[in-house]
Amino acid sequence: MSGKRRDTPAVHLPGHEPVASLSRRGFMGLAAGTAFVFGFYVPPRRISQAAERASFAPNAFIRIDRQDNVTLIMPQVEMGQGTYTSISMVLAEELDADWSRVRPEHAPADEKNYANPDLSIQATGNSNSVRAWWKPLRQAGASTRACFVEAAARAWGVTAEECRAENSTVIHDRTGRRASYGSLVDRAAAIEPPKNAPLKNIDAFRLIGRSLKRLDTPEKTNGKATYGIDVMPPGVKFATLAASPVLGGKVVRVDDKRAKTIPGVQQIVVLDDLVAVVGDHMWAAKCGLEALDITWDDGPNGEVSSEVIWSRLRTASLRDGAVAKEAGDVATALRPGAAAGEVISATYEMPLLAHACMEPMNCTVHVTPNSAEAWIGTQVLERVHAAVAKGAGLSESQVTVHNHLLGGGFGRRLEPDMALSAARIAKRVEGPVKVVWTREEDIRHDIYRPAYHDFLWARLEGDRITAWKHRVSGSAVMARFLPAFFQKGVDPDGVDSAQNIPYDIPNLRVEFNQEEPPGVVTGFWRGVGPNNNVFAIESFIDELAHKAGKDPIAFRRAHLDKTPRLQAALDLVREKSGWGTPLPPHCGRGVSAQTSFASFIACVVECEVGEAGDVKLRRVTTAVDTGVAVNPDTIVAQLQGGHIYSLSAALWEEVTLEKGRVQQSNFNDYRVLRIDETPPIEVHVIKSREAPGGIGETGSTAALPALRNAIYAATGVPLRRMPIDRKLISRSNRA
Amino acid sequence: MVTLTVNGERREVEVPLEMPLLWVLRDVLGLTGTKFGCGIAQCGACTVHLDGKPVRSCLLPVSAIGARTITTIEAIGNTPNGAKVQKAWLDLEVIQCGYCQSGQIMSATALLDSTPHPDDADIDAAMAGNICRCGTYVRIRQAIKRAAGETASS
Repeated sequence: MSGKRRDTPAVHLPGHEPVASLSRRGFMGLAAGTAFVFGFYVPPRRISQAAERASFAPNAFIRIDRQDNVTLIMPQVEMGQGTYTSISMVLAEELDADWSRVRPEHAPADEKNYANPDLSIQATGNSNSVRAWWKPLRQAGASTRACFVEAAARAWGVTAEECRAENSTVIHDRTGRRASYGSLVDRAAAIEPPKNAPLKNIDAFRLIGRSLKRLDTPEKTNGKATYGIDVMPPGVKFATLAASPVLGGKVVRVDDKRAKTIPGVQQIVVLDDLVAVVGDHMWAAKCGLEALDITWDDGPNGEVSSEVIWSRLRTASLRDGAVAKEAGDVATALRPGAAAGEVISATYEMPLLAHACMEPMNCTVHVTPNSAEAWIGTQVLERVHAAVAKGAGLSESQVTVHNHLLGGGFGRRLEPDMALSAARIAKRVEGPVKVVWTREEDIRHDIYRPAYHDFLWARLEGDRITAWKHRVSGSAVMARFLPAFFQKGVDPDGVDSAQNIPYDIPNLRVEFNQEEPPGVVTGFWRGVGPNNNVFAIESFIDELAHKAGKDPIAFRRAHLDKTPRLQAALDLVREKSGWGTPLPPHCGRGVSAQTSFASFIACVVECEVGEAGDVKLRRVTTAVDTGVAVNPDTIVAQLQGGHIYSLSAALWEEVTLEKGRVQQSNFNDYRVLRIDETPPIEVHVIKSREAPGGIGETGSTAALPALRNAIYAATGVPLRRMPIDRKLISRSNRA
Repeated sequence: MVTLTVNGERREVEVPLEMPLLWVLRDVLGLTGTKFGCGIAQCGACTVHLDGKPVRSCLLPVSAIGARTITTIEAIGNTPNGAKVQKAWLDLEVIQCGYCQSGQIMSATALLDSTPHPDDADIDAAMAGNICRCGTYVRIRQAIKRAAGETASS
């Protein structure tokens, strides 16, 4: 194996010259201009020689030049999830492009062309890149392919039906004639792209379904990949900042005498809520910032603590919530004595969490009196565009934003706050300035995963659940992020995977209680609402199975007759995990099942609980049906990584506040999972012909409840809150 | 003025003596492959080699380097183990976002330099200082073993 070549040549992005700019939707023909090319810094607004090279650009996603280079514009951003490769595969499949000539390119800020069809904004999130773009991009590919076929047919005086395409070549089998797409560029440009070109049957796929090598990874092995933090516009200065340690606090005064004496410090920027130091390099900026004596007015949140946040959340959970789902008659079914069996209830809690992307927050901005240019890696390019305009005091038409690879997103980069502050600073600095947050700022000024409190009730009659009520209390992230989706008090994300719980229960009620924590801003975190809901549901189901005296997999399965894909995943994970086979003392296996993000996943975690309640992860086994697997190896990788993100949260992560200040600051006190704590993780992908499901976040929602249930099996202690409280499961506590 | 040998080239830089190597590499020499992750030697993203030994450049003052030679991710492919690690990383498709991977590759290469056939405990000891938030640890372990296999056969 060692000498085996990668099955597609690594795409050498730096050598790839910038090609024509994007055409507008509906524009057809030969486009020319410049572009900011993936992985490679091109000084902006300089027309390169390559701009003269013509290319066929029938839509906003595909450009093919006379040299047969296939440039695909990525409407979704690459933050590690492999979407540049998957999206390229979807486009190239229907285009019948030569995969070895395919190069992905970052899209510009352009909501008209690149708004995510499901989210309505230019954003990458909710595990829906492939789901949302599956149809439109296949259509774009097929339509472009049809233009080439038609162009060749006309040139040859035959009908298009007699021709076929493969590897960027149109072929007329009867006469053996062949023409490359590159040679047909001018003729193709004269053809109106058909709106409904036929799509391939699944069985005809040549790329989709193969574990093709990723297009973005070769440059990530040799330091050539460019993340937002790596951009170096000529003359760039370096800055770092201190925001008010308390949300809503203000700067009272700054003593900068010492800072100004530090070599390399150029400028101190004082705004109402933050202070930045600009220097020759990050070191000067950092030392300068440390040397400042800043007096803050903490403002209204100066007394906020975790205790206050939890107390408000727990109180809120006692009131009825807005109804997200109502089926049958839950009120009656849960009334004591109303039916056979018993009513059981429990509460579950998830803490505030930081994202801790490996690439700290940063944005580089150059503001002039009538323009601004920004460089960043973001999940929300258009929002960053607007934020830079606002921060620079310019109109959006005066602003250009260049996107880059993201050193982790996980939802943190769905926020434009780092761009807004960078632009506000840059407005006061001559020339471009790269604003990089220290890790301490990154952890203390995250936009945190909400804390949630879930209250669940169920009636268990024998081994059947006949009624179920789930009340979610916590932040309504959607009310801030996309207010139009927040209707009648229900945050659709806050109840996702709860209101569409897969278990077949005749009486079902799901409520949402908005309760915003003071002193912190909350946002999306890998796994979003389902993270919380799958934890609560799968923990509660396990307790109900225990009460019913049933095997946890058999109990779940019995309530899933209407969801055979999840039953199949459970069956497979039972087989592959060794479920039911003997384990050493103090070990347990736990399962979770879910349909979040339209993927059907069953996960088994095996762990050992030590004397002092320390948890050793022994093994993780997962079975997934995510519909058509565009790139199966990417699916495996996403589940492995998602599981680790989630197990990290279960074992270590929690953000706490005292005196309005976040108490964690870096990886020493915001611990995350490391390789020596990571178990073997096996992922089994079930072949499917269904439409693709989401995969970036499902691993994250699945593993945490499975671990919680493994601890339950090992110790008999039903943990009700994350992260794991080792004291509760220590042997002395249980004795 | 500090004189450094970076990836085989002599470089003279006018920087404060206590300035950590990380910022000299990134902000002064433009070698941005070495990453900033934490600034307190907790995450390993800034790992480079000094005379072939892995060090966290975020806490290493340039004045402490002396005559030792610096190798960064940009040149690690010129060493036999560096090239094997890079190849194994791609063969097994280890990388996701990739931001921590410069440091992971530098640590893994140093491990193979000192321990040609590492077992799981060796890998844990050498790699536990490198954090990956995408969760590529399972493949990092496999890829180190794959690269070690190539060491043996070559």
